Amino acid sequence: MKMLEGTDLWTVVAIGLLTVNTVITRCFFFIVNKRWTLPPWAQRGLHYAPIAALAGVIVPEVLMLNGHLLSTWQDARPYAVAAGAGWYFWRRGLLGTLVCGMTVYLGLRLGLGW
Amino acid sequence: MNPRWNTAHFRLGMREIAALTPGLAAWGLMTGVATANSGLSGVEVLLMSVLVYSGASQLAALPLLAAGAPLWVIVATAFCVNLRFIVFSAQLRDYLMDLPLGRRLFIGYATSDLSYMMMLRRWPQAAPDAQGRQEQRLYLAGSALLIWVSWIAASLIGIFFAQSIPQEWGLGFVGTLALIGMVLSLADSPLRGLAAAISGAAAVAAFALPLKLNILAGIAAAVCVCMVLEKTRPEMDAPRRPRA
Repeated sequence: MKMLEGTDLWTVVAIGLLTVNTVITRCFFFIVNKRWTLPPWAQRGLHYAPIAALAGVIVPEVLMLNGHLLSTWQDARPYAVAAGAGWYFWRRGLLGTLVCGMTVYLGLRLGLGW
Repeated sequence: MNPRWNTAHFRLGMREIAALTPGLAAWGLMTGVATANSGLSGVEVLLMSVLVYSGASQLAALPLLAAGAPLWVIVATAFCVNLRFIVFSAQLRDYLMDLPLGRRLFIGYATSDLSYMMMLRRWPQAAPDAQGRQEQRLYLAGSALLIWVSWIAASLIGIFFAQSIPQEWGLGFVGTLALIGMVLSLADSPLRGLAAAISGAAAVAAFALPLKLNILAGIAAAVCVCMVLEKTRPEMDAPRRPRA
């Protein structure tokens, strides 16, 4: 990892905006003095948008390679996710999910060269 | 004694959240590893780990940054991931509203999920008097400080650890796994599980869209379908376990 090399303004601005996003979402209802509430449709949308956003980011990360759905079975990622999810359904707990998933991932990548 | 200098509540806040710091540190360590392996430069990795201070939105932003998505798509995605904080902020309002805006923003920024949870467990209601609220905020400050220090320290350790591991191992994948764990914990009703499935499928199907718009397409599709289904089949959003 090089310190300054490859640093570009666009990424630094993105990091700044992500920080602002943290402030705005955490302070949402106490930024202005007036007490207000979200309209009912927005409150309902709140139930589904976070999980949809996470799934929208990660599913392509797991099932796609170079912009195409995986065409080989020799990719460590889906197996690692299956192992992690299996642990989650068995025991709950995030740490076990990570350890189990990464064990399968590293085993297949480093052991079998997938 | 001037309540501003009474540190009993500050220390109580630290003590009560201390038991949760090992789990948080593991999460911070992993976020540090994933961020260091995301292809960002050293300065960018450090800035991100110190400033963003919201693990899930940070991890979700990494693949978008790597793909060169436009800023508004990155922010819109991170905003959706962080929507739970909006619900929290409605609750926190009563504890903070007598402070000036700058202090409110600072406290809000520093209050992550765990500090918020502990605060509401200790004091489900804001105190009616100013001194009571001051004590509640000291409690929150103690817990937030300990969480912040643990998070930053663990992230930095993760970054330095990741530097000694070859990039080809692909350790950044640990971030994806963490988000998988988060999706599974959020999928506590059939309808929320369906939201994840629709969004994931739509994001894959629409992958060819420019600007990483496939993610926003996935969110929009999932939210629309689930809001219609919620009206016609309300039993589908019944939680399998009681919700926090």
